[in-house]
Amino acid sequence: MATTSEPGASLIGASVKRKEDQRFITGKGRYTDDVTLPGQTYAAFVRSPHANATINRIDASAALAMPGVHAVLTGADMQAAGVNPIPPGWLHPGIKIAEFRALAVGRVSHVGNAVAVVIAASPSIARDAADLVDVDYTDHPAVADAVAALAAGAPQVHPDAPGNVVFNWQLGDAAAVDAAMAGAKSVVRQHLVNQRLIANAIEPRASLANYDAAADELTLYVTSQNPHVHRLIMGAFVLGIPEHKFRVIAPDVGGGFGSKIFIYPEECVVAWASKTLGRPVKWTATRSESFLTDAHGRDHSTDVEMAFDDAGTIVALRVKTVANLGAYLTLFAPAVPTYLYGTLMSGQYNIPAIHVDVTAAYTNTTPVDAYRGAGRPEATYALERTMDVAARQLGLDPAELRRRNLIAPDAFPFQTAVALQYDSGNYEPALDKALALIDYPARRAEQAAGRAAGTHIGIGLSAYIEACGLAPSHIVGSLGAQAGLYESGVVRIHPTGKVTVLTGSHSHGQGHETTFAQIVAQELGCTIDDVEIVHGDTGRVPFGMGTYGSRSGAVGGAALFGSLQKVKDKGRRIAAHLLEAAPEDVDFAGGNFFVKGSPSRTKSFAEVSLAAYLAHNLPPDMEPGLEATTFFNPSNFVFPFGVHIAIVEVDTETGHVTLQRYLAVDDFGNVINPMIVDGQLHGGIAQGAAQALWEGAQYDSNGQLLTGSMMNYGLPKAAFLPMFETDRTVTPSPVNPLGVKGAGEAGTIASTAAVANAVLDALSPFGITHLDMPLTPARIWSAIHGSHGGN
Amino acid sequence: MTEINVSVNGRGHTRDVEPRTLLVHFLREALGLTGTHVGCDTSQCGACTVLLDGRGVKSCTVLAVQANGGEITTIEGLATDGVLHPLQAAFRETHGLQCGFCTPGMILSAVDLLARNPSPSEREIRHALEGNLCRCTGYHNIVKAVQHAAHTMAGGASAVAGD
Repeated sequence: MATTSEPGASLIGASVKRKEDQRFITGKGRYTDDVTLPGQTYAAFVRSPHANATINRIDASAALAMPGVHAVLTGADMQAAGVNPIPPGWLHPGIKIAEFRALAVGRVSHVGNAVAVVIAASPSIARDAADLVDVDYTDHPAVADAVAALAAGAPQVHPDAPGNVVFNWQLGDAAAVDAAMAGAKSVVRQHLVNQRLIANAIEPRASLANYDAAADELTLYVTSQNPHVHRLIMGAFVLGIPEHKFRVIAPDVGGGFGSKIFIYPEECVVAWASKTLGRPVKWTATRSESFLTDAHGRDHSTDVEMAFDDAGTIVALRVKTVANLGAYLTLFAPAVPTYLYGTLMSGQYNIPAIHVDVTAAYTNTTPVDAYRGAGRPEATYALERTMDVAARQLGLDPAELRRRNLIAPDAFPFQTAVALQYDSGNYEPALDKALALIDYPARRAEQAAGRAAGTHIGIGLSAYIEACGLAPSHIVGSLGAQAGLYESGVVRIHPTGKVTVLTGSHSHGQGHETTFAQIVAQELGCTIDDVEIVHGDTGRVPFGMGTYGSRSGAVGGAALFGSLQKVKDKGRRIAAHLLEAAPEDVDFAGGNFFVKGSPSRTKSFAEVSLAAYLAHNLPPDMEPGLEATTFFNPSNFVFPFGVHIAIVEVDTETGHVTLQRYLAVDDFGNVINPMIVDGQLHGGIAQGAAQALWEGAQYDSNGQLLTGSMMNYGLPKAAFLPMFETDRTVTPSPVNPLGVKGAGEAGTIASTAAVANAVLDALSPFGITHLDMPLTPARIWSAIHGSHGGN
Repeated sequence: MTEINVSVNGRGHTRDVEPRTLLVHFLREALGLTGTHVGCDTSQCGACTVLLDGRGVKSCTVLAVQANGGEITTIEGLATDGVLHPLQAAFRETHGLQCGFCTPGMILSAVDLLARNPSPSEREIRHALEGNLCRCTGYHNIVKAVQHAAHTMAGGASAVAGD
């Protein structure tokens, strides 16, 4: 492994306590809404109460008459000022792009669609005035369900997307699948609904824009996972502000889970309004606004057909999915149900023929985009839920069916039937370890004994793979991404040897200030406190693609590592010059350069740093200073994998599910900080389990969101969950010098299927073969006690 | 406008407030104490939890005028003389926070819990924290933090490893 270039270093792999915690536990974190600027004004949005309507007239006269109201601005005002629609960042051939304006012009397409904005002296005046803006609508029939939207005669969401089709996308060899299905011993078929979710980062979205007329510069504080992407798209495509006159700062951000990747209407409006009015303008979402306007996740309706030979070997897989993308296409929306979904359909299995067919639909609902895992949880659920359905139909133990189909360890690099080439993997040890740690035979014996006594335990497995560390730029470019997905890392050594790192990754809970400092301290032999990690500010960091897709360590960390090698190399040449030795004779360990074989001939890293800046005595032709920049462009995705096992008990009298145990065995390659990785895993498992059991956004047929607050959307609480058990295998990734893989999404990717499988396993004595999520008490009770006994 | 007198983190404040002003907005906007966060508008998330006369309250559900005459402790006032409260220290020690947004409210709810029940079981901790939502941690390390602090406050050795 390439993590240590010096002996004795041990910071990588250590559970170092987090540097950033001090400010968070003392109330000194600085989130966007905590920033207040002189002369600040406040925005409140007027939003559509209709899912599909024509705007006839907007009368702002009463609002404008309120004392303290500075302006009421509409979509027509923005359009007249030359503000463009917000573009999606990923395109497919034939894709129908509906115009996504920050403030609606002429029509609204979902409840919550912003129609106008009030700018006022206080938040309460702005809110009161927004209530006085009178908008006259003509309401039209709406459609919220994607399958319904694709049916003949459905209400039309956008005039330029006939039949509400955004695109149809296919991957794999359909003819090979047809042939294999025809010759198969058995074909298992299952319809699956992967319900819509709402991210619910606990910090609501917020933005604060400040236009400085003297410098003609706009500064935007915003809850963003990728401030440079915000600057690029808002500046170059929406607002027409050159990047050198536009600074985007994402300070402390209170969770993202994907929902803070995208360029939202409100931040575009706030930025434009500040420049228009010459005042700072702040907007902070209420939670009700978050439910209506944060991009949602998932929302697939899928038919899976899995064909087997008589040995229980999968011979073909056919997946047909309808994906609901909501009313508009946000940044990654076209990629999520396609390249982040269909490409994962081989899972850990050797499946010779796979075909995936995805039709994406517009509906009169909030836009749908990446939510933790983004496509990969949907793929894993489709595959792993079907594996359990198949195991029961074939009369095989679910663990045994999985084992029979695993890709063999000597088959890597393994070319799947769905485009991805897995560079590395060794799946059976993770399965063995998980089964041993849970003591699988004992749990099955307990289950059998319990059933005889009237208790219903269920055991659910999920063997997952994910492709993360997004992403090789040339590959994603060829697949429709409008930008590459590399990352930058600057290492700036100061004359005293202290270190400033400028990273394009962004932490909104991941702990980069600690983990990235661990990498630096190990490589340079300094302490973690000697290192400052700067992120989230386009005014300080040269460029960055941000944090999502479990990419910070594998891409941002690798960029940082590259720059560390460059400064060490220059330091070595300076030290050699000072020590009057050849550079190749100088080694570096424990923060000191020394001549090989003469450990007393030494220069500390700080001495070399000072020499680089004093520049009195440098090698000929060497520039002063000690700083390096690296843009790391990965050659492939990284491929974490693992096996998770959930054990549940179902109370058949009430339908209530208790998640009793949850075990995760994961392979994240080398781990920089096990404490932080475990923490990421815990949170991910909770989110995935919550999809299986509690969460689900529901619309009525008019496009009204019925689950529009934390009172009626089932977020997990402390009392719902057990302590999680975690363990690992280690197969380092070959595509980055740290040997790391992403760990931020694995918990969510694996756990939904594990928990759902456990519940359905518990319900097998009742003849219930499948239920769609969330597996609420009402749904389970009805299945047990209802007339049809399940579906 | 109505005049109120409150003590916040040991300091007295006399201010005029609109009667509809919520305590959380008074703390954040009038006093600049932005460590108390707003995460929802239905009193579910608990990010705004502070101590009012020693008991945990959701400051989004208390009007500033209702706090008149009261003693309020926010996250900024929990450490004494620069020494972290055992719960603050425990959240760091056990990695009980990630993004940090729910953390102030979570810590103050836990202060309230341990004041009432100095040695809660895991079940009691989970039940006591039902009014505080965290989206990052899955609560695992938050429960450990409360256990760790309870142990410390009972006079036990402070260093129970995070995992």
